[in-house]
Amino acid sequence: MKVLVTVKRVIDYNVKVRVKSDNSDVDLNNVKMAMNPFCEIAVEEAVRLKEAGVASEVVVVSLGPQAAQEQLRTALALGADRGILVQSDENLESLTVAKLLAKVIGEEQPGLVIMGKQAIDTDNNQTGQMLAALTGMPQGTFASEVKVSGDKVQVTREVDGGLQTVELTMPAIVTTDLRLNEPRYASLPNIMKAKRKPLETKTPEDLGVAVKAHTQLLKVEPPAQRQAGIKVASVEELVDKLKNEAKVI
Amino acid sequence: MAILIIAEHDNQSLKGATLNAVTAATQIGGDVHILVAGAGCQAVADAASAVAGVSKVLLADNAAYEHQLAENVSLLVAELGTDYSHVIAPATTAGKNLMPRVAALLDVAQLSDVIRVDSEDTFARPIYAGNAIATVKSLDAIKVITIRGTGFDAAAAEGGSAVIEAVTAVHDAGISTFIGEEMAKSDRPELTAASVIVSGGRGMGNGENFALLESLADKLGAAVGASRAAVDAGFVPNDMQVGQTGKIVAPDLYIAVGISGAIQHLAGMKDSKVIVAINKDEEAPIFSVADYGLVADLFDAVPELDGKL
Repeated sequence: MKVLVTVKRVIDYNVKVRVKSDNSDVDLNNVKMAMNPFCEIAVEEAVRLKEAGVASEVVVVSLGPQAAQEQLRTALALGADRGILVQSDENLESLTVAKLLAKVIGEEQPGLVIMGKQAIDTDNNQTGQMLAALTGMPQGTFASEVKVSGDKVQVTREVDGGLQTVELTMPAIVTTDLRLNEPRYASLPNIMKAKRKPLETKTPEDLGVAVKAHTQLLKVEPPAQRQAGIKVASVEELVDKLKNEAKVI
Repeated sequence: MAILIIAEHDNQSLKGATLNAVTAATQIGGDVHILVAGAGCQAVADAASAVAGVSKVLLADNAAYEHQLAENVSLLVAELGTDYSHVIAPATTAGKNLMPRVAALLDVAQLSDVIRVDSEDTFARPIYAGNAIATVKSLDAIKVITIRGTGFDAAAAEGGSAVIEAVTAVHDAGISTFIGEEMAKSDRPELTAASVIVSGGRGMGNGENFALLESLADKLGAAVGASRAAVDAGFVPNDMQVGQTGKIVAPDLYIAVGISGAIQHLAGMKDSKVIVAINKDEEAPIFSVADYGLVADLFDAVPELDGKL
């Protein structure tokens, strides 16, 4: 079975985000970029399926600027077999990304698609579900456990209040939550080996998808800052303030 | 213009998150309808019809919708959605699972986690873990939206008298099956609905020490939460996690105990009305957002606080 996994190039999660002074967007100039953390978990899960003999090939796909090749090479160093970059310098909204991925899936015919549940830049949490709708596949979102058996996959999902388990008929789409696995680090020999793995570049035009804007970003602002309050000297003073000043107890 | 809200429910009761979505819909303006899709869920429809500001309840009561599998319910919502200007759900795990699937079927975008309504097509939403707020205009004819509950007050659960209309359309995609669920049992209020929350972090040291917080919470009628550090350390289960990757909460009173205040945690609780921090490290970032900070050893301060309430 072929497993297709997607990775997104985003701002490194350790970098402090700054809003541009003209409020047009977040400032990404000279900022360290990295693979979206939820996508790292997706790559790890795909590679583990291959190591367990469940998957025969792991194909990794990214959509974005040419520089996203770096994240594809990282995924190849982590154990993916082959990369595809759908290259575009335009702003690709979730629905467009899903349409492009649906075309890639049409060509590749994977049995399982593993994606991060959301990217830490736009925090949309949409693409996997949209791709599932467009391909008519079932979806196991926010996965904390994935078990493949025969033509079914059982996915344990992190839902409000606990865990839910669903069984999906493959081909299916899984989106990863934080506790699915602990991604490995790439070893130096594997980083060197990854440079020789195949990486193919396509464009939205090649795939026959028109890039369309469904939304318009009007402005981006820093969030309202909360002011620090006071330090109290004792539990007694705290209780007094909560009762008589804040009046919340 | 009419707005369709997808009810959050468990076939028995209407969940509070639905009421925040009703307020958001009222701010957009227009007729507000609620869809209750489930099985044996008449009681939910009755509750929805009593919500102030709702003019109609659509009840799709069928075995195919029992566990609200996105594969089935999305087909129903996409069919109904073409009659509406907006389709809205709370940004709960159920809403987040369902709505992008609906949006794609309708060939429109989705606006996730909306915290403010500016006009019928323009909304604010947090990006980059709440470190920036984007104002976004939808260019689509049908706006598919999930609402972050902390951005909107709850609509009154009583006072309305909407008509209930049965929806007979049955959609069963036949590609997914519910196997089971493990829900955490608790007599305390749910985190996202609680007016007081007591949360513990890595400073708690271990899971047993959370008993200190539970005792305090029971006196205050509070829910108990945790930081990601406490969850990752295995002290408590992950459904207790407050933060960008866990629950987003905004209670009247939030008491952070032994929590340093990582950005990821602050993103989940900084909209609380009053924040109290108890931490022995006076440099902890949590103090920069706390209304009342107490620099003290939590193992002394929490029992003392418990005793004084």
